[in-house]
Amino acid sequence: MSNSLMRLVRKIGEINHRYRTPRIAMSSGVKISLMALRFYLLFLVSVMVYKFVLLLK
Amino acid sequence: MNFFSKLYYRFRKMWKAIRLYLIIAGPGIVVMVADNDAGGITTYAATGAKYGYSLIWFLLILIPVAYYVQEMTVRLGAVTKRGHAEAIFDGFGAFWGWFSLIDLMIVDWLTLVTEFIGMTSALAIFGVPPWLTVLGVCALLAVIVLNGRYWTWEKIALLFCALNLIYIPGAFMVHPSVSDIFREGFVPNFPGGMNGELFFFLMANIGTTIAPWMLFFQQSAVVDKGMLEKDIPWGKFDTLLGSALTILVAVFIVIVTGTVLKGVDIDSASQAAELLMKSNHWVGTFMAIGLFDAGLLGAICISLASSWAFGEIFGWAHSLNQKIKEARWFYASYFFTLITAGLVVLIPGAPLILITLFVQVIAVTLLPAALVFLILLLNDRRTMGEYCNKPWQNWVGGFIVLSIVVLSSLYGISVMFPSLFQS
Repeated sequence: MSNSLMRLVRKIGEINHRYRTPRIAMSSGVKISLMALRFYLLFLVSVMVYKFVLLLK
Repeated sequence: MNFFSKLYYRFRKMWKAIRLYLIIAGPGIVVMVADNDAGGITTYAATGAKYGYSLIWFLLILIPVAYYVQEMTVRLGAVTKRGHAEAIFDGFGAFWGWFSLIDLMIVDWLTLVTEFIGMTSALAIFGVPPWLTVLGVCALLAVIVLNGRYWTWEKIALLFCALNLIYIPGAFMVHPSVSDIFREGFVPNFPGGMNGELFFFLMANIGTTIAPWMLFFQQSAVVDKGMLEKDIPWGKFDTLLGSALTILVAVFIVIVTGTVLKGVDIDSASQAAELLMKSNHWVGTFMAIGLFDAGLLGAICISLASSWAFGEIFGWAHSLNQKIKEARWFYASYFFTLITAGLVVLIPGAPLILITLFVQVIAVTLLPAALVFLILLLNDRRTMGEYCNKPWQNWVGGFIVLSIVVLSSLYGISVMFPSLFQS
């Protein structure tokens, strides 16, 4: 079990290493799109957390 | 004589084109028809029951919307020979890759649960106990995927796609007024004026037409099928045909419920089937069979979308052309997703309604990201070369993506806060 877990962790490390650098050219359009996506996802997660807090109350 | 030889030549040319298409056909039709999954059938049935034929025009608008989004996955898959998950990892790095992969796994699993809810409720109408449905579906899907050939899997999936057309004879059997359909359904209108409830239905119809798993599935299917750049025109045609077919089925479902159940609030397609059975036994039966088939098609495709994505990233063998011994992890993840989703439905008191609502909310977090990545990848001239998006494709695609992002986000928020959109 611990061996499998170690293998999985090693594999994830390999994947992170392999895809460390984004291959797509980071033009200003791409940068703006990714930034907008980050803000959008932050907003969505905040809404979900807010809903979760409301449910708990 | 010259006329006949020309006619014969044209016939041969057309027959050759049809044969070529039949070889290429598959991913586009399968993904599009599978998009009419259990949740989709419920949405269309509820739309027809609520607004009659009035929103048919809106469904027709969704044909180009679905086509423009999905055809991009054909080009990307055929040119890069990579699935969508791998393309995101490679293009945008590990952070966005993991985000998409984990989100896809959650959305797919939850959606799969909803497919099992649809299938069990459909067969329950015929007295089949849920455990037998889950067992039967898992066994059937095992037989379909374990034959070791993508081609066979695809042709069986196409057979189930054909069964999805069962709603068409059903619509003829309820004798709708054709003039009413054209008068009410083909002229853009907002029945009762634009209000919160109508807006919710419009968003639900968009949400069910474009789902995140579809992008991942079609691109991986294009790769697994081995489509090349020269096959792109046929792949696009396949996608267009699939888009038209899926909306055609949706329109016929709306016609059935719009004719028989107009004014009735529908919560699920199985409820619609039971109500339809009271007025016309066969139409209700067709609705139930169609619902089961929709859930089955969804299950066939959705669990594959996740397994393909994981296989691409973890470097496992991940093709339906490989036997179980050659692609153990691929098949293990496929059956793990499938069986666990099926078992959830069998748990007494499981929060199935909550899961159904949760799917729509989680899907909203993945869909915009996947669509934005798709557009950006299609603009990478280094990789895409001549298949790179043209400016007009960016305008059309960008507009569609932006509209979907805004509307699906509002849909997700409306699911969480239903009172926000009440008029």
